Formats: sequence, C-alpha cells, structure tokens
Amino acid sequence: MNDASQRLDHMIEDVRRGRMTRREFVGRSTALGLSAGLAGALFTKAAHAEPKKGGTLRAGLAGGESTNTLDPALAASVVPQVGNAQWGEQLVDMTPEGQVEMRIAEEVTSSPDSKVWTFKIRQGVEFSNGKTVTAEDVMATYKRHTDENAQSGALGIVKGISEMKAEGDKLEVTLEFPSADLPYLLTDYHLIIQPGGGYDDPTAGIGAGPYLLESFEPGVRYAYKKNPNYFDPNTGHADEIEILSINDNTARTAALQAGQVHMINRVDPKIVELLKGVSGVQVRRAVGRGHYVFIMHVDKAPFDNNDLRMALKYGINRQEMVDKVLGGLGSRGNDFPINAAYPLFDDSIEQREYDAAKAKEYYDKSGHDGSPIILRSAPGAFPGAVDAANLFAASANAAGIPLQIQLEPDDGYWTNVWNVEPFCASYWGGRPTQDQMYSTAYLSTAEWNDTKFKNAKFDELLMAARAELDQDKRKGMYSEMAHIVRDEGGLILPMFNEFVAGVSDAVGGWIDDPNAEMMNYRAPSKCWLA
Amino acid sequence: MHLIVRLLVQRVALGLLLLLAVSAVIFLGVEALPGDTAQAILGQSATPQALANLREKLGLNEPPLTRYFAWLGGILTGDLGKALTNGADIAQSIGQRLGNTLFLAGCAAAIAVPLAIILGLIAARYAGRWPDKVISGITLSTVSLPEFVAAYFVIYLLTQLIPVFQPVAMVFPGMGFWAKLHAVALPVIVLVLVVLAHMMRMTRAAILNVMQSAYIETAELKGLSPMAVVWRHAFPNAIAPVVSVVMLNLAYLVVGVVVVEVVFGYNALGQYLVDHVTKRDLPVVQAVGLIFAAVYIFLNMAADIIGILANPRLRHPK
Repeated sequence: MNDASQRLDHMIEDVRRGRMTRREFVGRSTALGLSAGLAGALFTKAAHAEPKKGGTLRAGLAGGESTNTLDPALAASVVPQVGNAQWGEQLVDMTPEGQVEMRIAEEVTSSPDSKVWTFKIRQGVEFSNGKTVTAEDVMATYKRHTDENAQSGALGIVKGISEMKAEGDKLEVTLEFPSADLPYLLTDYHLIIQPGGGYDDPTAGIGAGPYLLESFEPGVRYAYKKNPNYFDPNTGHADEIEILSINDNTARTAALQAGQVHMINRVDPKIVELLKGVSGVQVRRAVGRGHYVFIMHVDKAPFDNNDLRMALKYGINRQEMVDKVLGGLGSRGNDFPINAAYPLFDDSIEQREYDAAKAKEYYDKSGHDGSPIILRSAPGAFPGAVDAANLFAASANAAGIPLQIQLEPDDGYWTNVWNVEPFCASYWGGRPTQDQMYSTAYLSTAEWNDTKFKNAKFDELLMAARAELDQDKRKGMYSEMAHIVRDEGGLILPMFNEFVAGVSDAVGGWIDDPNAEMMNYRAPSKCWLA
Repeated sequence: MHLIVRLLVQRVALGLLLLLAVSAVIFLGVEALPGDTAQAILGQSATPQALANLREKLGLNEPPLTRYFAWLGGILTGDLGKALTNGADIAQSIGQRLGNTLFLAGCAAAIAVPLAIILGLIAARYAGRWPDKVISGITLSTVSLPEFVAAYFVIYLLTQLIPVFQPVAMVFPGMGFWAKLHAVALPVIVLVLVVLAHMMRMTRAAILNVMQSAYIETAELKGLSPMAVVWRHAFPNAIAPVVSVVMLNLAYLVVGVVVVEVVFGYNALGQYLVDHVTKRDLPVVQAVGLIFAAVYIFLNMAADIIGILANPRLRHPK
C-alpha cells in the first residue's frame, strides 16, 4: 500500500468515527489527488457507516443535583435534560442544521395564515408501559404544561395555544396569534409526550423514547435498557446506557481519561489544550446560541441616554474577552442576541469592534457628569463574569469612561440584582428561533425584558415576521430588528460561548450540534461504541 | 456497679436533652431566615394569592410552637416530610444516602483507627528515634495537605499512572459488596490520610504521658520487654484520651467529608445537604442538620462512656 492510500484510510476511519467534517475531508483528500466529487461521495459513504450495536455507553455530566426530578416540566439543568431525552420522545425535534425533524409527529401542515396547525401522529409508536401514543396524549401533555401549577419551563411556549382538537391520528392546534415558528417552538426539551399528559404522575419516567429507564437516583445516576419497540432504528445503538452526574471538573475529566465514562460535557477551557494531547480522547466543540451579556436598563439614568450606551458598546473589547474569558472557545457577539446558529441569520451586519476614540466621542456627546458608572457582576452571573467585568472596566477606562465594578454575592443575584439593578452581568441560553429569543427578552411586553427595551417599530416587525411565510422577507425583517437592538438597545453582547465536550475514541456517530449540549441532549442514544 | 449505671443513665439523658436543644436551635435558625417555605417554593413567580394558598396547604399559618412540635413529632415517627424541590420522601432519600455515608466512614475508620493506634504505639516505643520521626513526619505531611489536593493526587496516581481504581466513586443499589469496596477505594485512601495523624499523635502523647509513671518503671524492672510494657501496662491507661480523639475523627468522617464526596462524585449525605441548601429546601436542611447533630452527640457520648468504663476507679468502686 502506498502512503497516500494509507492516509486516506485513516481519514475515512476519522470520518466514520465522526472526527472529521466534510469540508476537512474533501480538502485533505483532494490534496492527495482525489477529485472533489469522488471525495464527497467517499465522505458520504464513510459518514453513514453502519453504527455498531451493543455495549454499555456511559456519559459523565456536570449539571446534576440531588434536587432533580423526572418531571420534564421542571428540567432546568443538563443532567435531567439529557436524562429525560433518553426515556422521552417529543412531537418534533431540531436537526443540527436547524431544520424541524419529525418524531412522534409524522407530518405538519398549517393554514395559510399560520394560525391553525395540524400534526399527523405517527402510527404504532408505544410508550414504555405498552400503551399506544395517541393525539389525545399529545394534547393532554401540552395542556398540562399550560397549567400554572405544573410550573413548566415551557409555559411561555404553550400559553400561546388557544385551542386544541384531537381527531383520530390528527392534532389540530389553534394559536392566539399567528406564528410560522410553532413547530420550532415545540422542539423545546420540556415538551416530552407522556401518557395521558403525565397528569397521573409526571415523574413516572414513562415515555416513548429510545431507552427504558431502569433506575434513577437524583443527582447521581440514570440507568437505561434499550427500548426494543422504539420506532426509529437510527437511534438507540448501545444495549444499555448510564448517565453519571459528576460535577467536579477534575473528576469528570479523569473519568473520561480512565475510560470509566465515554463522554463528558463542559470541558474546562483551561485544560482543552492539555486534553487534546491525551491519546484516546478528543475535544469536540459546537458553537451554540448561548451568550454572555452586560445589560443596561434603557429607562433608567444614565442608561436612558443612547449616546452613553453607544459609548459603552464601543468601549468593550470583544475579541479580548473571547480569548481570555472563553480561552478562545467561543465567538464575538455584536450586541444583538442572534448568531449564525439561528435560521435566517443575516451575516452581513457589520461587526462592532473596540474603538476607544469612538467610545470617547460618544461619551463626550452624552454629556455624562463624570460620576462612576456602576456595573454589577458576580462569579455566578456566568463563568468568568468577574474577569469579564474587569476587562470591560479596563478597556472602558482607557477610553475615558468611568466604569466601575461592584461585586455582588452569588446568593440572591438573580433576585436582587438581575432585572432590578440598571447595569449588570448576565447570560442567556439562546432559543431555537429568532422569534422566540426576541419575544422572550426584547418585546416591549416580555416578562424577561431585562433591558426594559421598548420600541414600537421593533414590536411591529416582530409580529409581522412571526406570521410571514416568505423566508426572504422574513430574513429582511429580522435583519432590521437586529439593527434596532444593536444600535438602540440596552444589550452589550461580548461573546457567544461554545459547548465543549470530551469524547472517547471508542465513540462513533458524534456530531457537533449547535442546538444544545451533548448533541442536543441526545448523544447517549445517537452515538454508538465503535 | 451502681455508680457506673447511674453515670451511664446520666450521660444518655444529657445527650438526648442536648439533641432536643439542637432541634430547637435548628428550627429557630430556619425560622429566622428571611422569607418562609412557601416563598422558597414559589420563588420569583410568587403572587400573594398563590403564597396564601400554599401557606394554608403547608400549615404555615399555625404558630411556630405548634409547628415545632409537629415537626418533632414527625421526626420521632420517622416522617420527615417531602423535599420541596422534587417532592421526594426525605426519610427515604436520607436513608439511602446515610447508608452510603456510613459505608464510606466505616471503611475509612476500619483502616485508619487500628493503623493510627499501632503506629502511635510504635512511635511511643521508639520515641525520639528514627521510627518515631518517620511515622510522625509522614502522617503530619499527609494531614497538612488539603483534602482536595490529596484527592487529585491519588486520582492522578491510581487512575492515570497506575490505573487500578476508578476516579468516580459512585455506588448504587445492586452493586455487590466487593464492587462497592473497589469503587470507594480512592476516597477511603484520602480520608485515611487525612485522619491518621491526629489519632496517631494522640496515642503517642497519651502513652508517653503514662510512661512517666512509677508503675511503668516497676514493669520494666520486672524484666518485661519494652513493647509488652507499652501494650500491657501503658496503653490501657491511655485509652480515654485516645478514644475521645478517635470519636472526634469518626464524627468528622460522617459529617465533614463533603469536599471528598464532591471530588469523587460520591453520593452521600454531604452532597445531598449542599444541593438542598443551594435550592433553599428547608425541610431537608432541617432534617440533615439534625442527623449530623445526632451523630456528633452520639459519638461524643460514646467516647465519654468508654472513658468511664476504662477508668478502673469507676469500674471497681470500693
């Protein structure tokens, strides 16, 4: 065998294990003399290599507490999110490319005004208790999430539903206001379909997912066996899976290195470079929609002055923060909460850079009296929030802006500081669509409008875009909204963070999914042991 | 014998009284926190109506004294209520985790206590000579190391360099005894390193103290070997101080090892308490607090009683 073909074999193996992207593969194999077309075909063949069945796949994850429950409505941290995604199944899901994927639904149609949506329920899907999944179950599930007592994290999504009708295998959903995004919204991880809606016992752990829950100890461990009746042969490869809750960074990394687990989440940015050098383990990064922010209340002095807001926006060094706070594992923000991980993102909007001269110019124009501008931050506002605030103060001070940091305790930060004080550090996890992100925090009437941003033109565009089915027009509207938030809003967005996972070489099928951590929580059932 | 029985009864009664006082302090402490259980449950979404409803449902409108006795009554009948955060039965959750805590503490104690005493005896026998210096030097350096540093060190040594153990020490029902032992090996090693020095030094000091006595000289003049003198004549009279230090360390092994639990992902009581404190799950905090207090009081009481029993003057009253 000659050298080139040996290298090609290695590359095919890498692709088969999900270690190489299509672009990398085609680039390198054309360098070896292959035609681009042939390289592409080879990639497709390798990437769709038959997954291996069997074995016990273990994941060690940060983000689990002994206060966790199996009730999908209450899932708020990664371990329960991943844990529920194994025993549960949703009506629809998101693909890594940002498309809606049919799961329990087989087909989705809408009325021309996108006000009435019809979901056709897949036939023959069974819950783990043997009951067949019906349109009534789906309806009851959504109904339970609208009940205030259920305290569902998806309440904001389902409360827009004004009426539901289940007929045979069809579920008809009528919305209060038109929304072209309904299928996207229903991909929310809380909305796992439960028998009878989960009214009897929301914590029963009975669902239609790829695995059957065998044992659950909150904050410790989930154990599963494969669901032999699962409808999708492309998901659920290992015979058994285990999810261990390991919150300590060092223990989690050591467990991966020692082979006790096959995949871990939240690799500490400080050790990414070190972990890359460890044999048998690879670091996988996916740019998500989550972002770290500094938020100003635009209705309170001195932040009610747009020139001052612009001064602060020019006074922050975004690249420095990505490098120093995220260790390079992220990308720069542009003062609106959307990035390329969202559908209909306009990548032509100019990137705002640190510009001390411009910052000074705006600051002088604002006529601020020179009194200190207080930015509140706490270690728990986001990882590295105190460092980020100090970097911000340093770069702003260099431009002559008297920015001062006030440290707050983690305890009570989200009650006493966030949404209360006019300028503080915070974070957002991102949402599946632009509409949802903007409606959650930038619409005048939004409950979590944490910049107190009220702009009639913006609200009007948001409503119009929501009902617009022409994607080009919609994209234009979102671009206009992004400009409004970027140039007039109270949001300073220095960086989007990445999901950084550590994956053993024994794992096949890993995909860098921007939707959420751990391949949109589904890594244990979508990956296999090669 | 009468004197001993009376002393024992006195100690047990005192312990129970102390526990009652602690329960009152815990209850008062939780009462004194701003906000109440209903507010803790509802958080930011609390509306006045929802608060009123929930207070009614949880019986929070009763006077504090009534609630204290209801809580106390619940504890005596094994009903600790339900966790606010996930509705799990507290007694059941604690039962399993307490079992894990005791398993880890038991394994560590089974190694650390005999080892510390034997090393202490040897150090006392060779006081001031090289075996004493080596033993003291090593145990004092391991106790000076913070627990988490020792933990990371043994993780590196025994899972990466020489991969014989697992870094994550989770145990769960269905695991065999030996599998459990293998799983907890690393935290046990760390805990042994942490508690060894204190007990060893105490044994050494107590024995050296006794060695000054005239009757030791008599024993030596009888021609007994030095080790026999230490073991037969010095150690029995040094038991009381040694036992009290041993008990103190046992108490630490039960209530104070949360850092080690977190580092090794060990699912025991400490981590459970910390999680619920973070979420302000007050019924759980109250219950675990009381259990920790009970462990402390019980072990100290045991040390007292053993001290009394080891005192020949009390054992053989004239």
